[in-house]
Amino acid sequence: MKREITLNINDRDETLVVDDAETLLEVLRDRLKLWSVRESCGVGACGSCTVLLDGRPVSACLLLAVRSTGRDITTLEGLGDGQLLHPIQEAFVSERALQCAYCTPGFVLSVKALLDEIPNPSDDEIREYLSGNLCRCAGYADILRAVHLAREKISRAPVKPE
Amino acid sequence: MATRDKDMADLSVVGQSVYRTDANPKVTGRALHVGNIEMPGMLHVAVLRSPYAHARIKRIDKAKAEALSGVAVVLTGAEIAKMPGVDAHFGPAFRDQPILAVEKVCYAGDPVVAVAAVDRRTAEDALQLVEVDYEQLPAVFDVLEAVKSDSPFVHEQHRPAKAFADLAHVKAGRQSNICYHFKLRTGDVDKAFAEADRVFEDTFSSPPAQHVPMEPHVTLVYLDEHARLNVWTSSQSPSYVRTELSATFGIPMNRIRVRVPYIGGGYGAKLYAKLEPLATVLALITRKPVRYALTREEEFLTITKHGVVTKIKTAVKNGAITARKCEVYWDTGAYAEIGPRIGHKSGYTSAGPYRIPNVWIDSYCVYTNRVPAGAFRGFGVPQVIWAYDSQTDLIARALGADPVEFRLKPALEEGEPFATGTLVHSFGIKEAIRQAAQAIDWTKPRAVQAGTKRRGKGIAAGVKAVLTPSISGAIVILNADGTANVLSSTVEMGQGSETTLGQIVAEELGLSVGQVHIVQPDTDVTPYDTITAGSRSTYHMGNAVRMAAAKVKAALCEVVAAKLEVAPDDLLARNGRVCVRGMEERGMTIGEIFLAKFGSLGTTLAAEAVCQPTAAHMDPETGQSEASRGGGMSTDRRPHGPGNRPVGKMHGVLVSFGHRRGSRGRYRNRARRSSATHQRRRHRHGDQSETL
Ligand code: FES
Ligand code: FES
Repeated sequence: MKREITLNINDRDETLVVDDAETLLEVLRDRLKLWSVRESCGVGACGSCTVLLDGRPVSACLLLAVRSTGRDITTLEGLGDGQLLHPIQEAFVSERALQCAYCTPGFVLSVKALLDEIPNPSDDEIREYLSGNLCRCAGYADILRAVHLAREKISRAPVKPE
Repeated sequence: MATRDKDMADLSVVGQSVYRTDANPKVTGRALHVGNIEMPGMLHVAVLRSPYAHARIKRIDKAKAEALSGVAVVLTGAEIAKMPGVDAHFGPAFRDQPILAVEKVCYAGDPVVAVAAVDRRTAEDALQLVEVDYEQLPAVFDVLEAVKSDSPFVHEQHRPAKAFADLAHVKAGRQSNICYHFKLRTGDVDKAFAEADRVFEDTFSSPPAQHVPMEPHVTLVYLDEHARLNVWTSSQSPSYVRTELSATFGIPMNRIRVRVPYIGGGYGAKLYAKLEPLATVLALITRKPVRYALTREEEFLTITKHGVVTKIKTAVKNGAITARKCEVYWDTGAYAEIGPRIGHKSGYTSAGPYRIPNVWIDSYCVYTNRVPAGAFRGFGVPQVIWAYDSQTDLIARALGADPVEFRLKPALEEGEPFATGTLVHSFGIKEAIRQAAQAIDWTKPRAVQAGTKRRGKGIAAGVKAVLTPSISGAIVILNADGTANVLSSTVEMGQGSETTLGQIVAEELGLSVGQVHIVQPDTDVTPYDTITAGSRSTYHMGNAVRMAAAKVKAALCEVVAAKLEVAPDDLLARNGRVCVRGMEERGMTIGEIFLAKFGSLGTTLAAEAVCQPTAAHMDPETGQSEASRGGGMSTDRRPHGPGNRPVGKMHGVLVSFGHRRGSRGRYRNRARRSSATHQRRRHRHGDQSETL
């Protein structure tokens, strides 16, 4: 069955008619062409398709689009201001925490959620939080360093006036 | 090839730690991948795969599937075999792999019927409507069973492909599952065993594993306005894909264009042809763009690393290894894929990087009814290291020797002959063993540990050849504004080749890395390259781009030498200028040189170079080579790459080491690989060593 849903994606309302069986991943990629969202395992095991749903990381391949109605969805396209890199992205670049980078969008969003939730995480907390994201080029040690660098950058950043 | 004896101290770009030039598109998720390319009217493919490991196809009924709305074509192997001018089989060593199974299936997962439809779901729905009747045949799953004379044969005959120079010696065969046999004989092994104090005999096996690139294989094929075949594919070997499609479909090479954007990891899985032949035949039939993307489950049914059984027998006299006899059995699965190249290149390293006077190696590439096996990080070398150096440990323990010291003593020195007779250069294995031992505090006792995760220590030494003979061509185009475009078919798959090649060209032309753009592989414009694999790109393509840039520089110097009346040898390229060594204020900018040469700033200056190091007298039977230039055992220890260190790639290689034990693919009923692929734990944060 088809129904009309409205999703708030990267701060914009998108109204679409979707099939009940359509996943959020299919909607984001095939319809909205948000190519940073990557399919890899398709069964919720790798974190490549991670997006933020009301700020929490979820696997878009497991979530039905109809279940996301009215929620705020952030993809990598919505991180930062679209011009400059977000401090987390800067940290990934300086620590060379990317190789093929197919996994990178998912990691960056998971790190965003991590640092929002635990501003000063320990190594173990980082490993635990990111254990749902796989990287087969295996930049785990680099990613760990990138998280620490991102944390420093964010804590140094001037607080924007409300 | 000219070697360059410039000191590291002279280099201004190479050896410096620079940011990856591909960092921005990658970290923003804007990097182009094949899966992001869409064409109007594009069809999607789903494939019906065999449930049986070995069976004859008796009947296929596809009428209902064809009638389903949205289905463009339902195709079988028998139909492909009838297409005029089309070879229904492909492969890099033997043309043994059918585009779709013809007459029989050879492994559980073998593609049997393909559907192209308006979307993936419709294509999958159509597959449900296809009926296939099979007659099961005896199958063989064990590599040691498969070499027996009474084993069922996977193929009635073996047809060599002749696509690669280093595989020109594979032979046609029949009535055997052994498709390739590499032999090495040095010294008198039997005599050494007879005279030995002790003889050690062991068998080691290493299971198959899947590469699991985060981006599964994906290919898009369409015909352009000239009806030329256009292929976008996540491949590590664009040049080969063009050659293979030309041979398979009888299409002239200049009517095939293969392009490869960034790929999401490959690790060997994306070498040679995979999805391209099927996507091509579907595009030729439907005249529509066709996207064929594997699911994660299909990935496991497409290619694995070789499972290997190694029987190894070692003679010891007076505390030293005097002879080693290795029988290596490579389970190449249902289709040879690149198994013969692996059986050869890794087979000859199977006695280890040690001074052993008597060596006997038999390396067999063997068909079984399992998923085809191909290249995987290390090209087979990790499997043989696992065998010989596990045994080295057993021997050291039995002799009461320290495993590190026991390896250091016979480890080859610079200039000594390897088992093949090749003299090793730029070798450094001793230094590597010492440094590794130091890095893991080898001499210190292990700390007492609690909990379920314990850390042990071990050491192993391996040596791996850069693929030779192999070829890389490149074109460097210098623009009048002092920027350059580099045409190279090396695939950027995470290893940082764009940055490394950019650094090399920048160094040669006196530019900054940011002024050099590496054009992504496009067979319409980028010259031939054998493959992006086997740690060969920095050496081979690095030299090709360097030589091409040197030709461009020579042309610049010629102009400047004439203008300033100095010898070309006294000139150097630096900071976008060509100037007199020692008097760097005397010189010309690239723009000034262009104006002097062409009278115009719109022109370009281009040069091509080919890097083709050769093993001059290679005996294919023994692997013995007399003059190995640049290939063989040489390693370039000068760091070029992003971050001044190949560390990122090393992390990945470390994870692959886990595959000796960790990620054995489980086979369940009918030898089909467990489909819930991610039940198996892949390596995550915390599973990996962090010391490098
Ligand atoms: S693709 Fe969604 S978790 Fe792997
Ligand atoms: S960088 Fe390649 S999978 Fe993570």
